[in-house]
Amino acid sequence: MSIFVDENTKVIVQGLTGNQGRFHGLRNRDYGTKVVAGVTPGKAGTDVDGIPIFDSVKEAAAATGATASFIVVPPRFAADAIIEAAAAGIAFVVCITEFIPAKDEAMVASVLRRNYPGTRLLGPNCPGIISPGRCNIGITSGDIALPGGPVGIVSRSGTLTYQALYELSQKGVGQTTCVGIGGDPVPGTNFIDCLAAFEADPETKAVLMIGEIGGEEEEKAAAFIKEHVTKPVVAYVAGVTAPPGRKMGHAGAIVSGGHGTAQGKMDALREAGVVVAVNPTEAGDRMVEIVEGL
Amino acid sequence: MDLFEYQGKDFFARYGVPTSSGVLVRDPEAAVDAARKVGFPAVVKAQVQVGGRGKAGGVKLVRDEAEARDVATAILGMDIKGHIVHKVWVEHASDIAKEYYVSFTLDRGVKQYLCLLSSEGGVEIEEVAKTNPDAIARVHIDPLEGLTDAEAARVVADASIDEPSRPGVAKVLLQLYQAFVEGDADLVEVNPLIIKTDGKVHALDAKVTLDDSASYRHPEWEAYRADMELDGREALARSKGLNYIGLDGTVGIIANGAGLAMATLDVVSQAGGRAANFLDLGGGAGADAMANALEVINTDENVQAVFVNIFGGITRCDEVAKGIQEALGRVNLTFPMVIRLDGTNAREGHEILRTLLSDQIRVEETMVGAAAIAVELAKKGKR
Repeated sequence: MSIFVDENTKVIVQGLTGNQGRFHGLRNRDYGTKVVAGVTPGKAGTDVDGIPIFDSVKEAAAATGATASFIVVPPRFAADAIIEAAAAGIAFVVCITEFIPAKDEAMVASVLRRNYPGTRLLGPNCPGIISPGRCNIGITSGDIALPGGPVGIVSRSGTLTYQALYELSQKGVGQTTCVGIGGDPVPGTNFIDCLAAFEADPETKAVLMIGEIGGEEEEKAAAFIKEHVTKPVVAYVAGVTAPPGRKMGHAGAIVSGGHGTAQGKMDALREAGVVVAVNPTEAGDRMVEIVEGL
Repeated sequence: MDLFEYQGKDFFARYGVPTSSGVLVRDPEAAVDAARKVGFPAVVKAQVQVGGRGKAGGVKLVRDEAEARDVATAILGMDIKGHIVHKVWVEHASDIAKEYYVSFTLDRGVKQYLCLLSSEGGVEIEEVAKTNPDAIARVHIDPLEGLTDAEAARVVADASIDEPSRPGVAKVLLQLYQAFVEGDADLVEVNPLIIKTDGKVHALDAKVTLDDSASYRHPEWEAYRADMELDGREALARSKGLNYIGLDGTVGIIANGAGLAMATLDVVSQAGGRAANFLDLGGGAGADAMANALEVINTDENVQAVFVNIFGGITRCDEVAKGIQEALGRVNLTFPMVIRLDGTNAREGHEILRTLLSDQIRVEETMVGAAAIAVELAKKGKR
């Protein structure tokens, strides 16, 4: 099993006719993902390499039976695109767009919570989700993932998601699903959502978690692991050497007043029984040891 | 973008929040003139983009011209937590009857806005949170509903604000909320929010962080941006659209993605070296961004070696390799470089790199291995 998506997931791409949309949409299809339609207002009736384009998500979903959407549109259109997908009944929305104003993200979160509780948003500003050999929605390069389980990956950082996949695949350890939740202030899906789903997934035997400085998501995840997760968890938290008080990129990673430091997060995770590594490579090595011992 | 206090007060004024008017000056004589203009007693306040100015001696009351000159001389040039004071704000001293604390921010965990209001202001709010948590009223605001009049009145009562001041504080609360939301701020903090002896409510300080992602709908922010103080490397990087923070080590870092860039700093440190910078190329960076990044790092004299750590997702490795090629043609790079390239189009990227390999440019398979080599090269010094 995998979490959130599988080989039957039918995906539409909002923004398939754009540069990035086309590149990654077609790559997702090449990987074997069922990419069934694209959505670009005003371009209905055209196609992208044989994939039909519709004017709206509603029309695309009705015509194809899609239940997932991949959003690759510029920041100023992203909030509307997410809400349009939810309103059309799409159950799983992946938004990779970065630089969406925090206010728009907070508004989207509120609309989803009130009006579309059946829709799960992954992202924004995330690399997406890949269930190796089954489904890849997003911008992760499929060839770095290895099918055949047993590790679930959840990561707040895009590039470290790839790094985590790569470390495991290089060492012959496959993944059930790898979820990049993104580092923006208001992620639709968080560590706890993924940890709960991995805990419930019989194929997933262990979880690799990648966090970073800023916020309290890792501390909350640690508390959740302590209470609800029986599977082994390995974690790496990026930013041990980040200077305090400086915002490291747009990821919302900032250390201030002693809160949200890498050290504090690692301590909380360690206290919850998580194996904490000092870099992604060591995290991969620790996970290999755990998998070998299963 | 963290605003200076004087910019924050300008930002507040746009939304009707009452603040003290004042004068921004850069030398002691101008400070004397400014103090005369606003009237004694006046306050001279260091303008730095960091908290804790008061404690560091960066905020002082002056009663006459001589004192204004002495104080301005002492404060200008002062180092406050690594920030040098280049300008001071001079305003008339307010007659304070009461001091409160108020802030608006986004509570990531709850995905709603959070308003904090404390009847104990003028001090560190973290301390109040520990010693007298009941003094702080906290209210979450659903972005779709906004802060209503009734809610503002309730917060003010919850914070045990003095009865007669409540309507005035509630009004300022609503104005600050408007500034926070319409102004696309990540943080709006006033410490202290004061009640003057004439009963008027007034923002004595202004700490504002704007959401850079929203700058496309705020052309007026350009004026703030123009006044920011960046070190030379940071200014150059910004002009080229790069996400760069100058540090004081010898290993230049170029990575894609904030997480990988931070992890790169971590592994360099674990290999016994120190990063000269944090540089995140961002998502989908092309050849030009890579070439610009190398150019920026090339201006940093402390850099002895560079570690390029790329894991392509939306970023394509062949574009990164082309950028390195372009930079080599465009500028005379003075440092040796170690490149780690994986992910999207890595094969194509490596094919391009193969044509560039030399004593100066080498490719390493792993992140940890590349970090070790970069640190070793940095210790040896430039070629």
